[in-house]
Amino acid sequence: MGDGWAHVQIRFILIQNRAGKTRLAKWYMQFDDDEKQKLIEEVHAVVTVRDAKHTNFVEFRNFKIIYRRYAGLYFCICVDVNDNNLAYLEAIHNFVEVLNEYFHNVCELDLVFNFYKVYTVVDEMFLAGEIRETSQTKVLKQLLMLQSLE
Amino acid sequence: MPAVSKGDGMRGLAVFISDIRNCKSKEAEIKRINKELANIRSKFKGDKALDGYSKKKYVCKLLFIFLLGHDIDFGHMEAVNLLSSNRYTEKQIGYLFISVLVNSNSELIRLINNAIKNDLASRNPTFMGLALHCIANVGSREMAEAFAGEIPKILVAGDTMDSVKQSAALCLLRLYRTSPDLVPMGDWTSRVVHLLNDQHLGVVTAATSLITTLAQKNPEEFKTSVSLAVSRLSRIVTSASTDLQDYTYYFVPAPWLSVKLLRLLQCYPPPEDPAVRGRLTECLEAILNKAQEPPKSKKVQHSNAKNAVLFEAISLVIHHDSEPNLLVRACNQLGQFLQHRETNLRYLALESMCTLASSEFSHEAVKTHIETVINALKTERDVSVRQRAVDLLYAMCDRSNAQQIVAEMLSYLETADYSIREEIVLKVAILAEKYAVDYTWYVDTILNLIRIAGDYVSEEVWYRVIQIVINRDDVQGYAAKTVFEALQAPACHENLVKVGGYILGEFGNLIAGDPRSSPLTQFHLLHSKFHLCSVPTRALLLSTYIKFVNLFPEVKGTIQDVLRSDSQLRNADVELQQRAVEYLRLSTVASTDILATVLEEMPPFPERESSILAKLKKKKGPSTVTDLEEAKRERSADVNGGPEPALASTSAVSTPSPSADLLGLGAAPPVPAGPPPSSGGLLVDVFSDSPSAVAPLAPGSEDNFARFVCKNNGVLFENQLLQIGLKSEFRQNLGRMFIFYGNKTSTQFLNFTPTLICSDDLQANLSLQTKPVDPTVDGGAQVQQAVNIECVSDFTEAPVLNIQFRYGGTFQNVSVKLPITLNKFFQPTEMASQDFFQRWKQLSNPQQEVQSIFKAKHPMDTEVTKAKIIGFGSALLEDVDPNPANFVGAGIIHTRTAQIGCLLRLEPNLQAQMYRLTLRTSRETVSQRLCELLSEQF
Repeated sequence: MGDGWAHVQIRFILIQNRAGKTRLAKWYMQFDDDEKQKLIEEVHAVVTVRDAKHTNFVEFRNFKIIYRRYAGLYFCICVDVNDNNLAYLEAIHNFVEVLNEYFHNVCELDLVFNFYKVYTVVDEMFLAGEIRETSQTKVLKQLLMLQSLE
Repeated sequence: MPAVSKGDGMRGLAVFISDIRNCKSKEAEIKRINKELANIRSKFKGDKALDGYSKKKYVCKLLFIFLLGHDIDFGHMEAVNLLSSNRYTEKQIGYLFISVLVNSNSELIRLINNAIKNDLASRNPTFMGLALHCIANVGSREMAEAFAGEIPKILVAGDTMDSVKQSAALCLLRLYRTSPDLVPMGDWTSRVVHLLNDQHLGVVTAATSLITTLAQKNPEEFKTSVSLAVSRLSRIVTSASTDLQDYTYYFVPAPWLSVKLLRLLQCYPPPEDPAVRGRLTECLEAILNKAQEPPKSKKVQHSNAKNAVLFEAISLVIHHDSEPNLLVRACNQLGQFLQHRETNLRYLALESMCTLASSEFSHEAVKTHIETVINALKTERDVSVRQRAVDLLYAMCDRSNAQQIVAEMLSYLETADYSIREEIVLKVAILAEKYAVDYTWYVDTILNLIRIAGDYVSEEVWYRVIQIVINRDDVQGYAAKTVFEALQAPACHENLVKVGGYILGEFGNLIAGDPRSSPLTQFHLLHSKFHLCSVPTRALLLSTYIKFVNLFPEVKGTIQDVLRSDSQLRNADVELQQRAVEYLRLSTVASTDILATVLEEMPPFPERESSILAKLKKKKGPSTVTDLEEAKRERSADVNGGPEPALASTSAVSTPSPSADLLGLGAAPPVPAGPPPSSGGLLVDVFSDSPSAVAPLAPGSEDNFARFVCKNNGVLFENQLLQIGLKSEFRQNLGRMFIFYGNKTSTQFLNFTPTLICSDDLQANLSLQTKPVDPTVDGGAQVQQAVNIECVSDFTEAPVLNIQFRYGGTFQNVSVKLPITLNKFFQPTEMASQDFFQRWKQLSNPQQEVQSIFKAKHPMDTEVTKAKIIGFGSALLEDVDPNPANFVGAGIIHTRTAQIGCLLRLEPNLQAQMYRLTLRTSRETVSQRLCELLSEQF
């Protein structure tokens, strides 16, 4: 993991529930399927043992996971060790607020039944491992416009 | 606001998902999936043509099944067909299927390029967006080949919609990362830079990422981005909290964009244009000021966003490492965070302070927080926070606080988490060695380490203590006494037996006069541990015994009895048996003289780098990022300790392994092996500097050059591709320098050619000899080049090291000044006050004296100044100058043709923050050059 990718910012975004079920996996570098599965399990193992007194950052292999828990869901972003922790922590929250607006009080089931729409939301906000758009108004306007298309 | 209901649009999909969720067992789920797969397969194969909606629904179901972790081996063609639909929702599902599954079926890519091409040309922003996102998500080389030419045009075209520009910028970034050779720089580059001025902050956000990545690889082409980024940042920072409307997040204006701009600026040294530089300083000050203002909201989102910008600003300040005022302010701010109630902030403050400790401007300020950091070590609940506290203590350690820090680390070690014990052991060992003024303290510390955490004390650590004891005769008696006492403990760690065995074998005679540690007592003590030890340790002890035969003829009989016993002579282990047989024979046949020669005290180990540092680095894993961090920490420790002749270089590479002494039977002193393969890597990584210079003409090279005047090891140059590290030694008029070239990328460097360039003048006075290096440097690899140096006569200029190579199709050309300076050929001379003044008067001819008065560039710290003068090479003479605030030094410059005596005097004026430096030597050019060199150091 990491060869030749030293300058990629986000390696992957994962949304998992407490039981370890993946609700979204977005990969910004090539992994084979076994490797993805391993990463998913490892992230779950590292993140779920932590409590509120811990930081929202965990060293992970040669990278770090920035994560935040919302009810039963863990939102995790894997970035380079020298990336800005708080910027990604708030990027998660910004993303969650958009999901919340878009799905009207988002819950885990919304992400299950609308998994193909969640990908669209992610692509509006993050692309190629970078933050693409941060304005909630702009993202929601775009999503509304797409929603109206048939 | 828009809202969607569950699974709207595709009822069949929602039903299927519900079914799966209702499955009670894995088997039931598989059964349901197989049923669905059969159904979809029959629909796809059926005679009836499917409408777009059904195709979309089935492809979406397949995708869902795939995401559950099942293989999908059909449906790809249907997905590709969806791409040519004119309906957004159908196209979207088609693109999504391909983006998610493309890993497992790269043949798909060729099929879809045509559809992507059509969508890019459609002038429909939604379709263009889908196509661009697909390229950005897949990012394969085939796609780069097909679209790398097209996307820059879309990006800079005047009529492209903002949202498409955002996607195009990041899409291009992805292709550039995949295949930089396929994304040629061109007219579009300057227009991309101007996107930093774009009205739409989303466009600026996306473009900044692209520009940052491009600038890292092509700093020259993107130099203009600096002033644009500064003015954009300035507009954001000075805006009122509501000015940026959509881009204000919890009262913080455009936090993510600010962070990105600050990161872009970290690709460059401080701006040269004073206006730009001034504006940037204002921005940074404004960001630091805001941190002191009362929060505009109590929400954690507000403080996180604000602090994200603050931490990035601090990173930039540290990167520039040129504004003492800002560095100290940053340090104070972080100091407040160290006691913040938010664990995140405490963690980040510790982490950030670690890099601040490496700046000579802020090192002292960081040190003032030592008590807080020690407290964090004791009280933090999150192990990762404690780990950062350990890192910071390591980084802030210098002569002044080494004893305290080492003591705290030792006491933490007793309860430390197992996962980090070995690293702490290594850190303690390094600090104890590096800052040992008193080597008895060093010996005590290492023995404590073994006592507290013996299992985590690696071979490197105990080898090292032996190397040091052997090289320092003032500590040998103490070491023998201390290990003897430590061995009295009923249960002691095997590592202690090894150290004890080795040291008593060499120096047991130094304590044999005391009846409490008579030869026989020493032997019985060691032998009482023998049977509990592993084979290698027993082998070592056998060697100790034969050494005892030589040291103490009175115990010869006892030892021969032991060697002769069946448990030794007939030991099942070949090594032990052989030693017993040979030693017994040796003790019988050899005369006292021969025995004394064969078992002579170990010769001092040649001066080499510490193997413990290598170990610490290895532990940190192969990531360059971590190496760099480690490097910064390492350097930090270096800065304040100054260029003192660190103990790190006073010992050996040839480690006394338990069998080394056996070899000693044949050849008298063990021949030190060449440097271990890891040492090349170690040097480059360990002494790395924060990247401040950029290719090709390496600005900042002068600064780096000046840094080497008082030290011999470190990183001379670093950019995104290449790191050049140096290690050198000088003796009299000769020197040897190792240059380490590290390829930081994952791609080979080809035609790699370093050349040393000397002017004719310099060539006459300085002789350099070296061999060419291998023209291919693999990704991540390091190559080393040795330069033999002879100073023929005194010289002023410095040789230039020029490096040329090809990287990914581009030609790279870097030139740096090689820090071989006249003072390297200094030999310190101690002399009494009277002698000094006598000589001083003898050199009173006006041509012999050169004087310089200059302003202090660094804080005026007595200890640092002393260390610098010693690092410069002259002796530091205490109690010579009647004014104790002044510094006086003396030494001899060795050249092949002459030896030139040099006297120097440095008078600080604290009030005026000025220095006066006077050099007197018998040769005008030498006085001149030494004065120039030394006056740059304060």
